[in-house]
Amino acid sequence: MRFVDEYRDPAAARATVAQIEALAGDRHLKFMEVCGGHTHTIYKHGIETLLPDSVELIHGPGCPVCVIPMGRVDDGITLAEQPGVIFTSFGDMMRVPGSNRNLLDAKARGADVRMVYSPLDALRIARDNPDRQVVFFAIGFETTAPSTAVTLLKARAAGIANFSVFCNHVTIVPPLKAILESPDLRLDGFLGPGHVSTVIGNRPYRFVPAEYGKPLVTAGFEPLDILQSIVMLLRQIRDGRCEVENQYTRAVKDQGNLRALQILGEVFEVRPHFEWRGLGFISQSALKLREEFADWDAELRFSVPGVRVADPKACQCGEVLKGVIKPWECKVFGTACTPETPIGTCMVSSEGACAAYYNYGRFNTKAARIPVTAG
Amino acid sequence: MSQGGDEGGDGHRPSREDIVRDRIEAFRRRRPRLLDDTVNLAHGAGGKASAALVENVFLEAFRNETLEPLGDAALLALASGERLAFSTDSFVVKPRHFPGGSVGHLAVHGTVNDVAMLGARPAWLTAAFVIEEGFAIAELREIAADMAEAAAGAGVAIVSGDTKVVDKGAADGLYITTAGIGVIPAGVALDARSVRAGDKVLVSGRLGDHGVAVMLARGELGITGDVASDTAPLGGLVADLLAAAPATRWLRDPTRGGVATVCNELARAAEVHIVLHEADLPVAKAVNGACEILGIDPLYVANEGKLVAVVPADQEEAALAALRAHPLGADAAVIGEVHAEPPGVVIIRTGFGGTRIVDMLVGDPLPRIC
Repeated sequence: MRFVDEYRDPAAARATVAQIEALAGDRHLKFMEVCGGHTHTIYKHGIETLLPDSVELIHGPGCPVCVIPMGRVDDGITLAEQPGVIFTSFGDMMRVPGSNRNLLDAKARGADVRMVYSPLDALRIARDNPDRQVVFFAIGFETTAPSTAVTLLKARAAGIANFSVFCNHVTIVPPLKAILESPDLRLDGFLGPGHVSTVIGNRPYRFVPAEYGKPLVTAGFEPLDILQSIVMLLRQIRDGRCEVENQYTRAVKDQGNLRALQILGEVFEVRPHFEWRGLGFISQSALKLREEFADWDAELRFSVPGVRVADPKACQCGEVLKGVIKPWECKVFGTACTPETPIGTCMVSSEGACAAYYNYGRFNTKAARIPVTAG
Repeated sequence: MSQGGDEGGDGHRPSREDIVRDRIEAFRRRRPRLLDDTVNLAHGAGGKASAALVENVFLEAFRNETLEPLGDAALLALASGERLAFSTDSFVVKPRHFPGGSVGHLAVHGTVNDVAMLGARPAWLTAAFVIEEGFAIAELREIAADMAEAAAGAGVAIVSGDTKVVDKGAADGLYITTAGIGVIPAGVALDARSVRAGDKVLVSGRLGDHGVAVMLARGELGITGDVASDTAPLGGLVADLLAAAPATRWLRDPTRGGVATVCNELARAAEVHIVLHEADLPVAKAVNGACEILGIDPLYVANEGKLVAVVPADQEEAALAALRAHPLGADAAVIGEVHAEPPGVVIIRTGFGGTRIVDMLVGDPLPRIC
């Protein structure tokens, strides 16, 4: 892969790491990247092996798959097993364990479960199969919610009645608050979620410095974006500043995407509360379909059990999501809980902190010590 | 990962992390367990679940010395002293026709390439067809013509076959199974166990063309790209390579699971550590772009006309020159090297300058959503 891309230039990486080293000095600082996309970039490019010991990255709750509680997965499987239903889902959700099986198992047992890349694909399947009910398992933060909203508007406009959405969209600010409220938390700053911010802008994060005294830098998704955002956090700390800054200026506007926000408001309303894997119930942290879209709401059209399932006792996903422990500090990490047999959702998605660490990070400190000749 | 825990700076933590890592490694080395009650698609994707199924069901039932290495082809030693490479493969690709080839080409190339990876010259093939009732004879003719064309190109004859027709709905159109035999020339002995620290890892061309071409041809992704399958017979390329670099240690065609998977299989079989260099991986721009959009890694994407070779360092140049001199190896590159420690592990130096582990895939390469 020959990336001439300016955001992946190894020389720029070395220069930026030198800056980070000088700015951090002999402190030990912990920054949380909120977004699962950042976690993925960090592991994919081996960023942690480049960082000095003085800067540690904590992988936050921004993986949309990782925060879905087991009860909701069970509800999804129940929907998938309704006679005549085609159940559509992003690939990431397929292996997420419910209380005793996942969507892949349901598919193997005869449920018609199909992987899609976008809710519009699900709508197309509905149009092509007018005699079947097509349900879309909607997950994700404000990043993916607008595409679900657009799909619902299209479904309504085209009068496609055999399509519905099982809505599990969540919002980023409430869990961020929950993490900041956690008494056992020690963080020195945040890398703000770039994709979510393209929709909601930077203003919603102002409470982070104002109320909790932590700097936040909205970061892009190329490896150099991450390093530059760390530099910006370190400069704030050096200068005694504490504010919201935007590294991802090429995509994120302070006010966000007004059109997307308007569509979100048109289709969704805030749920009074929603359960998050490992974080428990967080009030006003998720979206549901507005009354006007009741006909396309799978939760109203079909009966879903809605049974709350407690997280497995051995699983410490909650502590991992809050950054209280590292993935490898979890009692079951790597033995009972592996990517093949995940107990917690953090192990399922490639963006989950545990799976990312298991797949990409286990040997980083050792690997970094291995002398490697230039290729 | 620098340090863990809440209170930074205490010296014993990294060693605790190392202990956890060692425990995980020990756990990983155990035989893959098969916990499922039913077969799902992950069992056919070539990753860990496939290994668990094959080892726990098939190896358990058929166990013998020839099968045990679980290579793509078996090595048969005859009483006369001659050695044969013998392999079989089934082809269920969807769609059956894609840019660069069809299931007919694959059915020939897939099997002759498995035979060629033992250094053999593929000679004979058998072909068995499972056909769904209602299948168009015209398309069957087309696919048979593709097979004939591929066999002629590979220098093999299709010498025996079988045909079964099943009820409408009992199969998805057409499945083809081929088996192939080739003779291994005297003096050729390719074996993972001969791989040593210091050896070089080469690939014969650009990665991921086949997998991406098929994914795009399915038309479900809403993206198009100018990517054609690389399906091709590798017997000639192998012969040229072995003539130029007779000490070549090991060959493998990185089909399902891609280069990442075959490197992991080698690291485990040879108990060596493999270091790849991302900046040296030959990947076409369109393939890279599609992979970025789909959230998959070209290292894990299937190839049907490429080989991975391990050669001793002193034959690296000769091997590379021989590959590049062949039309199928024009984009050949040295992509990594073999180290001793830690055994069984593949890592990659990223283009950005970091390192990461390249592990076996767990299931299908599931796309990421954001």
